[in-house]
Amino acid sequence: MPTNVIDPNTWIDKYSNYLFNYTIGRVNNREIAQDLVQETFFAGLKSMKNFKGEASERTWLVAILKRKIIDHYRKSNSKKGKAEVRMQQIGDTETEGDWLEEKVADPFELNAESEIENKELGKAIYQCLDKLPEKHADIFRLKTIQGFDTEAICNEYNITASNLWVIIHRARTAMASCLENNWFK
Amino acid sequence: MSKRKGIFVSCNEAALCCDKSQYKEASLAEKIRLNIHLIFCKACRLYSSRNSRLTWLLKHIETEELSEDDKRIMKQNLEKQMSD
Repeated sequence: MPTNVIDPNTWIDKYSNYLFNYTIGRVNNREIAQDLVQETFFAGLKSMKNFKGEASERTWLVAILKRKIIDHYRKSNSKKGKAEVRMQQIGDTETEGDWLEEKVADPFELNAESEIENKELGKAIYQCLDKLPEKHADIFRLKTIQGFDTEAICNEYNITASNLWVIIHRARTAMASCLENNWFK
Repeated sequence: MSKRKGIFVSCNEAALCCDKSQYKEASLAEKIRLNIHLIFCKACRLYSSRNSRLTWLLKHIETEELSEDDKRIMKQNLEKQMSD
C-alpha cells in the first residue's frame, strides 16, 4: 500500500516553481530551465507506474529532474567543439581597433559582480524558504515575492488577517536568522 | 481592533505594525505608534532594521518564478500528454 499518492493534475501548481528554481540554479537559463521542468513532468507522467510511494512526490520529481539536467549537460558538452572554433576567430582579428582600449574593462563589468551576487542571494533565499514549514513558505512567497493582497491570500487559505500576520511574522523572523550569517553584515 | 489605543504599545504590537509597514499596509496611527515604540525599545529597533534589510534583500533578487502564463502553457502540454 503506497503511503504517498501521485496526482499529476496538481504537479504544476505545487512543484513547478520549486523545480524551476532548482533547475535555474544549475543551468542558469530561464528557457532551458523551463524546458527541463516540462520534460520532467512528462517523464514523471510516463513512469508513474514505477512510483512506489516510498518517497514524496516532490523528491521523486527532483530525482527525475536531476537526470534531465545531467542529460542536458551531456548534450551541450558534445557541442563544445564549435565554441572553440569561434574563440579562435576572435583571436585572429588583430586588425580592428586599439587593443588597449578593447582590453580595458567596460563599465558593464561593474554589474557583473552584483549580478552574480543577486543569483547567490536568490539561491540563499530559496534555500531558507525551503526550511520553513510548507504553508508558511507558500504564504510568505505569495505575499512578499509575488506581492499578492492580504485579502486574496486570506481567502485562498481560509485564514483571518491576524492569522496571516502571525505567519508572516514567523516567516520573516526565520528568514532573517537564516540569511543572517551571509547577508546581514 | 479597538480604536482607542494609547500611543504606547507592546512589543508584539509594534512588531505587527513593523511587519505591516514592510508591505506598506500600516495605517498612519500604526506607523506613529511604531515609531514612538522604537524610541524607547532597543530590541524592536533591532528587529525593525533587520526587517527592512530583509525586505531590501527580497526586492533585489531576480524574481525567478514562473509566470502564470508559463504555468498555463505547461499545464496544457501536460494535459495533452495525459490524454494521449
